[in-house]
Amino acid sequence: MVLKQFRALFKARTMEYVRDRGTFYWNLIFPVLLVLGLAFAFSGGDDKLFKVGFVGGPDPSVRLLGMEQVQAVPYPDAESALRRLARHQIDFFVDFTTSGYAVNEESSKGRLVRELFLAQLAASPGGAAGFSETSVVGKAPRYVDWLVPGVIGMNMLFSSLFGVGFVIVRYRKNGVLKRFKATPVAALNFVSAQAASRLVIVLLTSAFVFAGTNAVLRFMMRGSYLNLLLLTVLGILCMISLGLVFASRMRSEEMANGVLNIVTFPMLALSGVFFSLEGSPAILRTVSRAFPLTHFIEGARAIMLDGAGLAAVAPNMAVLAGLTVVFLAIAAALFQWE
Amino acid sequence: MSDILRIENVTKRFGRLAAVDGVSFGVPEGSCFGLLGPNGAGKTTTIEIMEGISSPTGGRVLFRDEPIDRRFKAKVGIQFQSTALPEFITVKETLELFSSFYDRPRPMDEVVELCSLADILGRDNRKLSGGQRQRMLLALAIIPMPELVFLDEPTTGLDPQSRRNFWDLIARIKAERTTVVLTTHYMDEAQLLCDRIAIMDRGRILDIDSPDALLEKHFKGVLIRLPYDGCCSDALSGLEGLVMRDDSIELQTEALDRSLKELLAAKVDLTGLSIHKPNLEDLFIKLTGNALRS
Ligand SMILES: Nc1ncnc2c1ncn2[C@@H]1O[C@H](COP(=O)(O)OP(=O)(O)OP(=O)(O)O)[C@@H](O)[C@H]1O
Ligand SMILES: [Mg+2]
Repeated sequence: MVLKQFRALFKARTMEYVRDRGTFYWNLIFPVLLVLGLAFAFSGGDDKLFKVGFVGGPDPSVRLLGMEQVQAVPYPDAESALRRLARHQIDFFVDFTTSGYAVNEESSKGRLVRELFLAQLAASPGGAAGFSETSVVGKAPRYVDWLVPGVIGMNMLFSSLFGVGFVIVRYRKNGVLKRFKATPVAALNFVSAQAASRLVIVLLTSAFVFAGTNAVLRFMMRGSYLNLLLLTVLGILCMISLGLVFASRMRSEEMANGVLNIVTFPMLALSGVFFSLEGSPAILRTVSRAFPLTHFIEGARAIMLDGAGLAAVAPNMAVLAGLTVVFLAIAAALFQWE
Repeated sequence: MSDILRIENVTKRFGRLAAVDGVSFGVPEGSCFGLLGPNGAGKTTTIEIMEGISSPTGGRVLFRDEPIDRRFKAKVGIQFQSTALPEFITVKETLELFSSFYDRPRPMDEVVELCSLADILGRDNRKLSGGQRQRMLLALAIIPMPELVFLDEPTTGLDPQSRRNFWDLIARIKAERTTVVLTTHYMDEAQLLCDRIAIMDRGRILDIDSPDALLEKHFKGVLIRLPYDGCCSDALSGLEGLVMRDDSIELQTEALDRSLKELLAAKVDLTGLSIHKPNLEDLFIKLTGNALRS
């Protein structure tokens, strides 16, 4: 019985979505256009600086770090610097603690800096001694490679929050909820069907955006699709649950619209959709840890750009799962038909 | 006949307004019960409390002598005075959706036939006309094969043909032993359909009984009605059972001969005089002191 009701509600909601052509196409086309537009806008060259990471106190004999064209970036440990080197976020790495340097063989800029570095060492008396080379490999992610998970996350956020939150508030306002309340359908069953329909919809639109942008841009995907799918499902569930919290009581569409915008704006700004939060004030980074979007994007980038495995993104997944449970509990406690 | 539903001393307050103010009555099983009253009388508020949709501020609702529970919703059909229908799905899909909510729903063909929906099955809910929509809402109320249906102004906005179809429909579901509770602003409809009528105003029941018994109780004889231009008010004021209105006078009498003679004696112009048996409309106006405000 419950299952029969669920299936019918699921079907009705999904048809409603597919037939609402405006929203339907907008959800599909907008993110693709956004990615393509930004990819085009940012396709120009990088800034001309060489970025050189280092660990330990700079040795005055390594004049490289003092050069005008070089931005020296200190790192707390070699590991994080090497990861960035692999991603071409820095061009070269010097470890003063172990007297080593590292270069990404796939980076022409990196190879150039190496020549410069070795030449400088050779020129300085006694300096050449002892520095050993490590090399890493890794393709340089383009901005779009980095952007795609962000935009998919953003689309997920809007589609989940508004598709569930806003729609249920509208149902409440125009009396559709009251009509359902007058039937034997349990609130939990109704809400689950709404959420399930939206989960499938968002999953499919995300897959479409992924495939659509990939067809044009051929972006980087180094990890496992299965892990990405798992992370995406968790991310969507989390955002839908957040949407349900807002949908539980509100009865005015204008109010719902305003509140949802107020909530989504800081998430978009602070979750690193369009630009990295690295280097922004610590307080902002701390706040952003509370947002589901941050964890989805971070996890997706790790999987896609670094080929991270399940263990590496487990913390992100755990936060998403935890937040989902919290949001669902709040929504269930607050929900009212009318 | 035992009562299928009873409300006892029910009150509903909205802030300082008592929309329903200490109302008690029973609905006999298998009957058609009509709730009449001017706009804002508290009909919708009362019926929604009976439906279990809203909870009363005070008093209680009993279904077969038990407080209503979770299973109640599966046994009743409800048509609200105004509700939206899910958007972007068709009439047929909506019927299927609501059918899925019940264990043994009424067969779709029967619903379609009873509510004359055959022509609009493929139409999007958003594109229904007022009357089509009304029929659709009625269909949702009878899908569950209810023991009890609640209809809040079911015929408002229907054309005369659809209204007659509706009356037939009520007769058919009454034949299934379904109890009907309805509100209406149409007195002819109430007279025709209802076995029992409650007239309410300002949250209180003014009177409650079968239509015939109510008329019997409140009207003796017949009503004489006469256009009135303001003349001879002194001569008229002595007449028994006289009610003055802005542009007419009404005389209720058991002795028609004598009253007509008295009117002649008062030298009133009898052009336009009419005599009729009092009906529910007269009763309604008498009790609520209002012309119908529908
Ligand atoms: N939710 C509410 N909040 C405040 N007042 C309300 C609410 N619902 C109804 N009322 C008031 O209660 C009174 C009774 O309303 P109700 O809807 O029951 O009238 P009704 O008899 O159904 O009228 P109508 O014939 O116009 O449908 C009205 O004065 C109305 O303004
Ligand atoms: Mg009403």
